[in-house]
Amino acid sequence: MEYISLFVKSIFVDNMIFAYFLGMCSYLAVSKNVKTANGLGLAVIFVLLFTLPINWVLNTFVLQPGALKWLGPNFADVDLSFISFIIFIAVIAAFVQIVEMVVEKFLPSLYSSLGIFLPLIAVNCSILGGSLFMQQRDFTSIGESAVYALGSGIGWYLAIVALAAIREKMAYCNVPKPLKGIGITFITVGLMGMAFMIFMGIQL
Amino acid sequence: MDKKLKETILNPILKGNPITVLVLGICSALAVTVQLKGALVMALSVTLVTGLSSLVCSLLRNTIPMRVRIIVQLVVVAMMVILVDQILKAGEGTYAIDKQLSVYIGLIITNCIVMGRIEAFALGNKPGPSLLDGLANGVGYGLILIIVAFFRELLGSGTLLGFQVLPNAYVPNNLVILPPFALILLGCIIWVQRAFDKDLQEK
Repeated sequence: MEYISLFVKSIFVDNMIFAYFLGMCSYLAVSKNVKTANGLGLAVIFVLLFTLPINWVLNTFVLQPGALKWLGPNFADVDLSFISFIIFIAVIAAFVQIVEMVVEKFLPSLYSSLGIFLPLIAVNCSILGGSLFMQQRDFTSIGESAVYALGSGIGWYLAIVALAAIREKMAYCNVPKPLKGIGITFITVGLMGMAFMIFMGIQL
Repeated sequence: MDKKLKETILNPILKGNPITVLVLGICSALAVTVQLKGALVMALSVTLVTGLSSLVCSLLRNTIPMRVRIIVQLVVVAMMVILVDQILKAGEGTYAIDKQLSVYIGLIITNCIVMGRIEAFALGNKPGPSLLDGLANGVGYGLILIIVAFFRELLGSGTLLGFQVLPNAYVPNNLVILPPFALILLGCIIWVQRAFDKDLQEK
């Protein structure tokens, strides 16, 4: 039950885009048509789902204050949390690189449809942001962090596909010249964010 | 040379502004602009990180193998961010701000401006101009951040830097504090800038 609540909450209430603005750069750059948005969204879900539990394990057994207790009593008060940025980003960059190589070797058709987006994901804020939120919220189990990763990935996916669909239709609209392109996109995202605010008070 | 230097410094602030023209680094730009103070600290941190990591990557540019350059760059940037984060945590007045900015300081690592400037400029230029280019881009980013934060704090809480500016009769507009308004405000800033500068308009 807690997992379902966390799942729904991470999709709608704590939506990566509308509540925290994470992954905004690629969100705005790659939302011109639904097909590519779909590819990037799926890639984000996939990478989040794997890197977040890995980072949870690292955080719990290496980085947290007192996490190194399993090495012996001498290590009980070692606090490595200050290097967590570097560890998290290294895990993410390495994972993205590995996935890219594996997909290229064994699933060439998937690689050609997704390939260009994979390297982009290493610098997508929503991936690192997911790990940092995980650290901040003290998830108690690896399952919880995986559910959170899946939920926020799906939230991001929904947001980018929705925006891409709107932008495809907007090509036919008569927008004031200086507002054309990125300006009107910002305002659209703002209005979508307002719509997402209705989920704010939900308690499951 | 002098003209080129001037362009390196001035271009990122107006014509090639990282936020309104290149649309990079939006993630943190919107989340930290509820209070002017947080925006100032964030602007300063990003300026330092872009400047210093451009400098370091430019010094290393002939020794980094092209295939693994992304990881090397990320490590350099992450180190600079850890430095800034530790400095903020150590300062007496800045500790509270660091808490308020929470994960967004860490997210400077994935701020596209930093990586973008390293990729586009620092890897092909000498350390001196790279440092200037990084700093100038940080300033261009900070400028927009401060404009957005100014309006959001003024309209949202009637204060500036924590001091009350608007009279008590003013009812704070809570919509301005919510995340969506930052996007709309940024859309309007782009609108104004492009209305004056016709070259930037999209077809």
